[in-house]
This record gives sequence, C-alpha cells and structure tokens, in this order.
Amino acid sequence: MGNFLKKLPEQAVRIIVLFIALAVVLFVVRQFILPPSLKDPVLQKASATEREAAKEIKYGGAQICTGCHEKVHDVKAKGYHRDLTCESCHGAAQKHTENPTEIKPSIPKKRDYCGYCHTYNSSRPTGFPQINPDTHNPRKPCITCHNPHNPAPPKAPGSCSACHAQIERTKAASYHALVACTVCHTTPEKHKTSPRTVIPSKPDKREFCGKCHDKSSSSSKGLPKVDMETHGEKYVCWQCHYPHMLGGL
Amino acid sequence: MDRRDFLKNLGLLVSSGGIVGGLSAEAWALIINKDYDTSKHNYGMGIDVDKCIGCGRCMQACKTENDVPDEPFFFRTWVERYVIKNDKSVSVKTIGMGPEESADLIVEKDILRSFFVPKLCNQCDHPPCVQVCPVGATFKTADGVILMDTKRCVGCRYCIQACPYGARYLHPVTHVADKCTFCYHRLVKGLLPACVEVCPKQARVFGDMKSIASPLGRFTRMNKTHVLKAGMNTDPKVYYANLDGEVN
Repeated sequence: MGNFLKKLPEQAVRIIVLFIALAVVLFVVRQFILPPSLKDPVLQKASATEREAAKEIKYGGAQICTGCHEKVHDVKAKGYHRDLTCESCHGAAQKHTENPTEIKPSIPKKRDYCGYCHTYNSSRPTGFPQINPDTHNPRKPCITCHNPHNPAPPKAPGSCSACHAQIERTKAASYHALVACTVCHTTPEKHKTSPRTVIPSKPDKREFCGKCHDKSSSSSKGLPKVDMETHGEKYVCWQCHYPHMLGGL
Repeated sequence: MDRRDFLKNLGLLVSSGGIVGGLSAEAWALIINKDYDTSKHNYGMGIDVDKCIGCGRCMQACKTENDVPDEPFFFRTWVERYVIKNDKSVSVKTIGMGPEESADLIVEKDILRSFFVPKLCNQCDHPPCVQVCPVGATFKTADGVILMDTKRCVGCRYCIQACPYGARYLHPVTHVADKCTFCYHRLVKGLLPACVEVCPKQARVFGDMKSIASPLGRFTRMNKTHVLKAGMNTDPKVYYANLDGEVN
C-alpha cells in the first residue's frame, strides 16, 4: 500500500486527498448542517405547518367580547345588527382582550364608516337598507339618530324608498313612476317597524292589472289597454311585464 | 492565508455547523397542537352571492390578520363587482375598501343585473399550484388547506401563473409567493377565518366537510351550489350559492 502511494505522482495524491476532503464535507453538510426539514418533505411540511399555526392572532373572535361587555351584547342581540360581530366595526381586538385597560379597540364615529355598508349601490341586494348620503341628513353623524348597537331608526321610515331604494330608483324611470307603491302593495303600518315579519301584499291575479289595463276598465284614456280575455291567455301579467320597469323591456 | 490555515478554518466551520445543525434538530416538533388532529378535518367555505353587500370588510380584516401590505394592490381575498348590461356586456371590477368606493348613486338604466362576488383561494383538492412548484414549497395539509413554506419558496412565480383563480401574488416585502391560508393559525385554535368572522351579512360560511353538523354542511345541503372553473378538475373547496353564469 505504502509502495503504491509512493509510486503515485505527487499531484495525483493531492487530487485524491482533495476529493476525499470534499466527500467528507459533503457528508457532514448533508448529515449535520442541513436542518432535517430541508431533507425530508414530511418534516418540511410539518415545520412549515407549525410556523403557520404559530402566527399571531389579531381578531379575538365572536365569543370573547360577551364576557365583559354583556350589556352591549344583550342590546345588540335584539337589534338588526345582531348578526354582526363586535370586530366588524371595532376592528381587531385580540390585543384588547389581553390588556383591556391600555389597548382600546377603535370606535368608528364618522359618517363614512356606516357608509361602507349602507351607501346606495346598485349591486347591493334588494331590501338591504341603503341611503343616499347626499340627501339623507347630510353631514350629520349617523350616531345622532341611530344607536349602532340597535340601529332601528327613531321613527318609522317615511317612505318605501328608505329601504327599497333599488326598486324605487328603477320605478322612477318607468311608466309606473307616478303610481305609489301602496297602489299595488297593501302595506300594514306594522311593516315599518317589523319589516321581516309583517309583509305587504303582492298582486296575485291578472285581474289586478286588469283594473287599469283591461279595455273595459274605467281608467283614463291614455293608458295602454288590452282585451284581458285574449291577451296573454293563461299567463299572469308579470311573467312578461316587470311592473317596476315598464318600458325597460 | 496559506493552504494550512485555509484547511484549518474550513475544519472549524464544518464542525461548528455540525453542532448547530445537531442542536436545531431537536426543535423540529411534529405536533402543532396537542388538542388538534389534522386528519379529523377537511375545511371548506361557502359563499352566498345574494347576501354579499360589497362592504369590503373581509378584505380589510384579511389584510389586518395576515399582515398583507395595504399598498400596493395585493389581496388574499377580494370582492369583485359584476355589472351586466342590457346588451349582455359584462364589466368586472375589484372593489376598493374606502367609503367613496362603495358609493354608486347613478342609476344606469341599462343595467340588467349586478352583484358582488367575494373571491379567495379555493383550496383545491387537486391544486395546480402544488404541482408546478419546482422546490416543493407549497403543499396540501391533511385538513385540506394549501399552505406555503415561505422559507423554501424561491419566488419563481410559477404557482402564481398556474393558479386558475388568480389567488396568489408575490409578497412585496418577503418576495415569496403568498396566498390565503383559511387563516390556518386561527383554525388550529378553533377560531373562524378573519373574513368569516367580520362578514356582517354571513355571506361567508366556514366549516368542516367531515362534520355533517358544521355550518358548511348545512350550507351545501340547503343551497344549490357551484364551484368556480369546475371544468379544470381542480376540485375547489369554496362553494358558491346563487352564482351567476357570467362569473368564472
């Protein structure tokens, strides 16, 4: 063996030593220096999952506020805002639950904040209470009239458009613009205070439209009139005509 | 420095590295949370398009909870406003979070229908983003959430291109891909994702698909649901109720 090494030229020995050293380094790096999570996908996923799970929580959750703010919770539970969590308006409050005296959540008092949800937008679902901020008590903060924890208005809405803005605006551009909502919908007074439980009527027979639009009816002459016997046969009128958007068809 | 010194230094470096590596190996705990068993859950989300009012609170809450920078315009979850005109032309715009953004007082007479669609990562059962990652930095957990290993990601953006839903972006601070995690750090502690937590209309419903009693179980029983881009065989786990055919 010694003879063999002696017979090798010096430069070959150096190269062999270098390669052995490299192999050792590679082995050490792979075995000891690289964290196990870099070699094993299972461990890698576990450590990444663990890091993700350890991230800081900012929103405390719907349950935690009730412990201290029971009175507000009880008021809110009966009002229209019962489905909102406190943090929907007051912002992330996990830190407040850990240090209630020093860290306070925000209290949005400005008019724009309510507008995030309640400014009129034609994409919002029909029936969702929306206002036009330019005409609805301009510049007055919402909280002067509405308690945000129980936002029922101090007096019953004066007009249907207070809640049914989308229909009102559509109707305003149609031939029925001058027909009041109550002409077709009998509206109990209680609907204004319990809008979801007391519901106005809807026409359910074609004869209802016939009161104005049948050729034998006594309504004014300018109205479009048809022979209800033959026109549309078995169908009800609103299968073809949308009463809030006549002329838009 | 001669060769002897160089080799000496190299030896020191290697042996010190060995010690550090050996120590940190102990820190790799496999269990996230002793009370939490990943194999018992499979998370999903339900979204009722008819309930969304486009207030943008979910977007705000998500940014707060997950440290997503306010500017530039990056979101883990966002809300799109669809306006379909009488001539059937469709315009889609991601809404902003300010009050002036939600104002829309002009009634366009030629709007046929219009609505908001909240979007986020669909946490696909067959995620294309996981398939394309060259370094294995993104993966699916046993409870059905697609997570990112931010330490392994090299920021190549393949996953961002591969996602059919546009749910990923390159984080402007960390420079690695970032995405919705269903607020995984909240789930393991039994809390709801931040967007579900703050939604004022309960348009977002979160739950466990392995539990028949979860809100999501009820949501999928009571509604006719649809998923986005079903034809791509990604098997998304975000279910939409009352979804319009124009949405994809």
